[in-house]
Amino acid sequence: MKMYLSSIFADPERTARLIDIAQSSFLPLLKGAIFYTIPLTIITFIVGMVLAIVTALARISHVRIFQIIARIYVSAIRGTPLLVQLFIIFYGLPTLGIIIDSYLAAVIGFSLSVGAYTSEIIRAAILSTPKGQWEAGYSIGMSYSQVLRRIILPQAARVSLPPLSNSFISLVKDTSLASLVLVSEMFRKAQEIAASNYEFLLVYSEAALIYWVICFILSVIQQMLEKKLDRYV
Amino acid sequence: MISIQGLYKQFGKLEVLKGIDLEVEKGNVVVVIGPSGSGKTTMLRCLNILETPTKGVISIESQTLDFSGTVPKKNIAAFRRLTGMVFQSYNLFPHKTALENVMEGPVIVKNENKESARKKAQTLLEKVGLGDKIDYYPVQLSGGQQQRVGIARALAMDPKVMLFDEPTSALDPELVGEVLKVMKDLANEGMTMIVVTHEMRFAREAADEVIFMDQGVVVERNKPEEIFTNPKEERTRKFLNMIQ
Repeated sequence: MKMYLSSIFADPERTARLIDIAQSSFLPLLKGAIFYTIPLTIITFIVGMVLAIVTALARISHVRIFQIIARIYVSAIRGTPLLVQLFIIFYGLPTLGIIIDSYLAAVIGFSLSVGAYTSEIIRAAILSTPKGQWEAGYSIGMSYSQVLRRIILPQAARVSLPPLSNSFISLVKDTSLASLVLVSEMFRKAQEIAASNYEFLLVYSEAALIYWVICFILSVIQQMLEKKLDRYV
Repeated sequence: MISIQGLYKQFGKLEVLKGIDLEVEKGNVVVVIGPSGSGKTTMLRCLNILETPTKGVISIESQTLDFSGTVPKKNIAAFRRLTGMVFQSYNLFPHKTALENVMEGPVIVKNENKESARKKAQTLLEKVGLGDKIDYYPVQLSGGQQQRVGIARALAMDPKVMLFDEPTSALDPELVGEVLKVMKDLANEGMTMIVVTHEMRFAREAADEVIFMDQGVVVERNKPEEIFTNPKEERTRKFLNMIQ
């Protein structure tokens, strides 16, 4: 630590080199974040949420086969490492003749993961809505899907916002795993840059800082949303 | 107009309704009284199919549901639209304002035009005395006000029958009157009503007929003045003595 710091400040030439690398690597990293990390996170989360709602509804439905399928899905995804799932999809499936582009493989892998984990959040939030809300909806003639969409899910959204934000923020960081299935997201860019100039500490710290800033902005958005949804409570 | 024949309801091994037969004339107000666990709420909920009867036939106007076989979901939805339900715990939608609560049914279920639904909802809220509270969320309203929104919400669907499930039981005593007043006004306008309640004064003043239920059967039915002053059945007498 001490040696590293003194090597930076004692040697003006090295200082200049580091500043130069920090500057020149910032733009490629930011591009990786803007064109890959952030879109990957958003697409995955949307697909994952759809999966999660379907899975949650299957779990609370009275149709046994739906329940079983949903349980197996959640159990399998939660019981295996995300990295292993990504490797199966990207490196494993081609053995069966199913070749998936690296970006799509990442979307599939992350969506399945988000779907399984957040389905439990959605399920709990739906079940936390009082039974009387369903009955009130039915009593004015609404159908199951109308009650669900208009009455139950908006109320469930408020309850599930903090844990869902948690999942979303985790997902931003988990997308760095996509570097291992060759998606050129921010962390893969960082690896490439660091491999060419050997300034691992500097470049990886820079990437870390960008992740941090993204996640910080997200938590601010979360707080704003919570305030908005809390208006009627 | 309303007819219930041989209505049975079982929860697991517990038989709650043991063969109810009941006719209600159009425009009549029927008050159902009885000890807790007598099945009066269950009977009301069967009329709105919030509970599926085990057996029996229910008709309102020209629509009939026979529960000896399976009843299609579509018929249930159509049948439900004939009744308006008012709940003990109001069950307003907390994320919607008073106005939105009342508009929800007409707009979503009946596909009514939003503007006319809004006007109608406003009229209904004025009718229950809440014309100045239309943009309030349920949490900003007192229990009595919430229950009146509940009544307006049910009325918005133009039901043939209004069902009240202990509408004042969750209210503070000083708020009971305002809800009962709205109900009396409705009765005077000729609305057909079935009311499960412990408010004996309401039964005396507004009911055309009082029904005493105990242990899943209708024990006695008569005009209010008769049943309160001169109950024929021993069980009715005992119950009325206990509450008066």
